[in-house]
Amino acid sequence: MSDTIILHVARYRPEIETEPTFQEYQTPCRKDWVVLDALNYIKDKVDGTLSYRWSCRMGICGSCGMTVNGEPKLTCAAFLTDYAPGPVRVEPLRNFPIMRDLVIEMSDFMRKLVQVKPWLIRAEEKPLSEGEYLQTPEELDEYKQFSMCINCMLCYAACPVYGLEPHFIGPAALALAQRYNLDSRDQGGRERMELLSDHTGIWGCTFVGECTKACPKSVDPAAAIQRYKLKAALEWFKSFLMPRGTS
Amino acid sequence: MNQTPIYTEFHPRWYRRRTSTYWWLRRPSYLAFILRELSSLFVAWFVIFTLVQIQALSQGAEGYQRFQDWSKQPVVLIVNLIALFFVVFHAITWFKLAPQAMVIRLHGKRVPAAWIAGSNYVVWALASALVAWIILGG
Repeated sequence: MSDTIILHVARYRPEIETEPTFQEYQTPCRKDWVVLDALNYIKDKVDGTLSYRWSCRMGICGSCGMTVNGEPKLTCAAFLTDYAPGPVRVEPLRNFPIMRDLVIEMSDFMRKLVQVKPWLIRAEEKPLSEGEYLQTPEELDEYKQFSMCINCMLCYAACPVYGLEPHFIGPAALALAQRYNLDSRDQGGRERMELLSDHTGIWGCTFVGECTKACPKSVDPAAAIQRYKLKAALEWFKSFLMPRGTS
Repeated sequence: MNQTPIYTEFHPRWYRRRTSTYWWLRRPSYLAFILRELSSLFVAWFVIFTLVQIQALSQGAEGYQRFQDWSKQPVVLIVNLIALFFVVFHAITWFKLAPQAMVIRLHGKRVPAAWIAGSNYVVWALASALVAWIILGG
């Protein structure tokens, strides 16, 4: 196997060009190197003008999501040898505006995250003297999977609905809402319902299922959304049968 | 957070990409999704076909014979064959997705995905057997 690899890296410098172009770089192809290592090598040794986001290098911070050979990937978890002999095409995440090179603009996602009220909502707070809200392991299991999200936005890049309909709340935010809805300590299900059961919420999702495939943390946002659809439909049916229901 | 940022000299233009009309050709899983969505048209076709068939039945033997002659035409046969393919595709792809939407617990443990998908196939087979028994044996 060759000990170098070619990277075709998307560049967008708004001060000199009106649309992205590709630049070719040659980097070492070491067995223990990921695409992010190659980008860091370029930044340090070849071309300091290349811009991209990264932080932890271990799949926790969710900053280094990019499109590698057409697939949304965390570049810290995409080994160069898996793409050998290359070339490897590195682009910014799809479905987001590009600020510069591989850096996307994410304020739309940040806004949507807050919209779903991702915190514990209580009808009435218990006084501190009564102690903490206890939870059994089974109750934890109900939502734990959906709490593993690292906000890397790979699911937004994979979701064609978000690409076509930017008002769609999107996979990660909906899964996060479901994480709190399923939490035994939370009582905010009704408060979230209005936003979530809108056509830009769960009903915007057509169950393409790509978010789940793209997720590096096995969160399965598609499952969270479909389960919520089932619940919303049952709630509607109940209110239809019993218009003056008790709850 | 401001929804529409104000562009200034120091706020360079973002590059916004448009999703291509042919995005669904970009990868096999997108294509499979679009075909699954399209299959609903063929499901509707079978519903209409069955309604027309029932209506023909209500018109007596002669009316039903007319319906049978019409449905024997090569064009109708081809449409029905294509519709059958899409309806089977529709059923299989939905059965595959069912475990994602359904969480069933038995004795506190989550029922495995294969069981949920499998039970759909069992019900499908039983329903088909029942229909076959009514038409052929009954």
